[in-house]
This record gives sequence, structure tokens and C-alpha cells, in this order.
Amino acid sequence: MKKAFPILAIFTLPLLGYAFYEAMFVAPADQMQGEVYRIIYYHVPSAWTAFIFFFINFVASIVFLIRRNPKADAVAVAAAEVGVVFCTVVLVTGPLWARPVWGIWWTWDIRLTSTLVLWLIYVSYLILRRFSQGDQMPVLASALAVFGALDMPLVYFSIWFFRTQHPQPVIGGGGSIDPRMLHVWLLNWAAFLCYGLLIFWASYRLENLKRELEETQSLESMLEAPRFR
Amino acid sequence: MKYLYAAYTATWIIHLSYLGILTARYRRLKREMRALETKP
Amino acid sequence: MSSSSITRATLAKDIRLEWRSKDAINSMLFFALLVVVIFSFSFDPVAEESRRIAGGLIWVAFLFAAVVALNQTWARELRNSVLDAYRVSPAPPNALFVAKALGNFIFVCVLEALMAPLFTVFYNLRPLGPAWQLLPVAILGTWALVVNGTFFAAISIHTRSREVMLPLLLFPITIPALLAMVQATNAILIGQESARFWIVLLLTYDVVFTIACLLLFETVMCAE
Repeated sequence: MKKAFPILAIFTLPLLGYAFYEAMFVAPADQMQGEVYRIIYYHVPSAWTAFIFFFINFVASIVFLIRRNPKADAVAVAAAEVGVVFCTVVLVTGPLWARPVWGIWWTWDIRLTSTLVLWLIYVSYLILRRFSQGDQMPVLASALAVFGALDMPLVYFSIWFFRTQHPQPVIGGGGSIDPRMLHVWLLNWAAFLCYGLLIFWASYRLENLKRELEETQSLESMLEAPRFR
Repeated sequence: MKYLYAAYTATWIIHLSYLGILTARYRRLKREMRALETKP
Repeated sequence: MSSSSITRATLAKDIRLEWRSKDAINSMLFFALLVVVIFSFSFDPVAEESRRIAGGLIWVAFLFAAVVALNQTWARELRNSVLDAYRVSPAPPNALFVAKALGNFIFVCVLEALMAPLFTVFYNLRPLGPAWQLLPVAILGTWALVVNGTFFAAISIHTRSREVMLPLLLFPITIPALLAMVQATNAILIGQESARFWIVLLLTYDVVFTIACLLLFETVMCAE
């Protein structure tokens, strides 16, 4: 297992570089938007990757609530962190794309708004983890994660109806996709997925390391405590 | 198009920041582990 | 002891305590009033405009006031080690949760009943749509806030900054319910669209999260 990490790293970097090259130079320019549309090659794959990691967090949280396996909790927190990183990329690149194309930084359209709510929910999850102590904190955090995941369909649905009542420009466009663009899209997604897995793995291992350290520290302090004879 | 460059730059700044956070965490853990090992 | 008798007993105790001290109601009332007054400085309530934004203002005021009430939900229990006693007793934890949630629900409903005439006066409101629909919106909306609020209040007692943690956890999760409450109220006040979808959404939200809270409350309460 440990050998796979550097192999994946060596594989990912050139993949990212190649995907970037394709996005910038190989993919054909868009008729209406010109060059700036190339932002979606980072924006959309990041969104898909974020959703995948948030889903991993949901599954890991449920597994933890049922089995109380600490490794499941480590998976949950690592997945949440990586998900938030990619979600932040989505929220930053979205307005940077919207501004030149639509003339506005932000609109409360379905995708951006539900991504923002998703980001808020998982940031609140990470803040809960940081602000609570004790070995029961993972239990509370997992409960919150389950709530967050249950909430997302409701969020999407409510904003969808809100937007069908008050239509506004949809950031994300529709229309048919040039097959060459799809190829670059998927390529970038594969690259970001590999990169996401890398940093997830790193975060997961760090989390396990931290747990071992804490256990050792508490054992040490127990042994140092004066014993009554 | 400066928005394009800004978007790509911002993406990598965000990713590198997270890598930085992970590295700092790792260094702190290593330091604490060494402290444990050197204790009598 | 059955579940419902525990619920009734705890609920009666909370209401009695609140009736005697009127802590929560007073602070909620004053807070909501402050929010109304401050908002009315920013939005000049000329009749037509005010109808469009009133829904949002009302629910924001109720949301903040509800948080005031929710923050002290478990404080009394913590102070007197009631939670520890509850954990070791064979009583079902859900009975306690339902009692707390119902208690908060009643307090916030009382607040809403007291504030509604004030809002009507301050913003010159006159619903152009079916006014009776405001009742299910208020009931379902309040329950949505309270059920999740009581649950997250129980989570936040294990954290460092308790009072900050509750709104931080509650607000993102409550966004679909808030959107529904505000849009439904606006629809009823303006009278151009039907609020039915929003009421159904609120009902769905309430059902989903009441079940989730009941399933997970025991886990949260037994956490250290």
C-alpha cells in the first residue's frame, strides 16, 4: 500500500501538466465566449471531485456511527477537508468565469448557490471538529455530516424551484458539447481526481499518525502519574 | 484574458495552501514524536 | 414510565419554569423587537415595497430570536447534572428530546403570536393572498427551526464556544427551510404566486429532519 503513494504521485504530476496543456492550447476556442471559457476545465472537474469526496465523507460517517471504527472517522475528516479545498476552487473560479462572460460576479442560480451551501455545511463540520474536544467529538461530527448530506437534496430542490419562479442567467451554460471539449474535460477530471486522492491519502495518514501520537501521549502521562503504594 | 490566468492561478494557490497546511501538520507531529522519544 | 409520560412531565416542568421566570420569552421578545426596529431603519416601509421584503425580515427576526431561546435549552440541564441522571436512567432519550423541542416550539410560537401584530403595524402589512396559509407556514417553519435547533444545541454543549457553535451549525442546514418560509410568506403577502410548493417542501423538510433527530439524538446525548 505504501509503495502506491509515490507511484501515484509520479503519475499524477505529469497528468496534471498534460491536462493543463490540453485545456489551454489543444481544446478549440469557444464561439461565443472566446478563450475565457477554458476556466470550466478547472471549474467543473473540481466540482465533480468535491462532490465525490463529500459523498465519501457521508459514507464514512455512517460507517463510523454504526461501527465506531476510528479509521472510518479518519477517512471522513480527510475527505471533508479535500472536499472543502475543491469546493473553494469551484466557488472562486465560478465568479471569475461569470464576470467576463455574464458581466456579473455572482448570481443566486441553482448551481452556485447549492455549491455555496454545500461549502458552508462542510466548513461548519470542520469547525465543529476543531472546537470540540474529547473522544466523542467524531460521533457528533458524524451526526452533523449525516444531517448535511440529508440536507443537500432539499437545498438543491428548493433553490431549483426558487429559480424556476425567478429565472436568472444560468452559469454553466447548456447546449451541445464539442466532443473534443468533452475529452479535455474528462482528462482534467481524471487528473484532479488523482491529485485529490493523493492529498486525501496524505491527510488520512496524517490523521492516523496524530491519533497514534495522542494515544502514546496519554499512555505516557498515565505511566508518569504517581502511583499509590 | 486576465480572468483566465486569475482563475488558474487562484486554483493552484488554493491547492498549494492546503499542501502547506498538511506539511505544517506533519512537521508538528514529527516534532512531538521526537519529543516523546527523547523523554526518559 | 412510558415515553409519553416522560415527555409530558419534562414539558410541563419546562413550561412551568419558564412561566415563573419568563427568561427566554423576555429576551426573545426584546431581541426580535430590536431586529424589527433596526431593519426598519434600512428599509423604508412604504406599503408596496414592504410587502416584498417583509417575509425575509420577519423570518430573520424570528430566527435570531429562536437562537436566543435555543441557546439556553440545555443550559439548565447541564447545571443541575440532569443529563447525567438521564443517561443512566432507563428512560428513552427521545422522550427528553421531544419534550425539549416541543417546549422551544411553544416558546417561539408565543413569540410569533406576540410579534405578528407588531410587524403588521410597523410594515403596514395586508396579505393579498390567502392569509390562512400563514398558519401552516408558521407552524411548519417554526418546527423546522426548533427541531434542528434543539438537536444542534445538544451537540454544541460539548464544544468550546457554545453560543457561537449553535448558529454556525444551524444556519447552513436550515437554508432550504428558511428559503421556503420566506418565499411562502412573500407569496402569501404579495398574492401573485401560490405558496403551496413551499408548504410541501417545509413539510418534507420537517419530516426528514424530525426522523433524523429522533434516530441520532440518543447517540449525541450519550456522547461525553
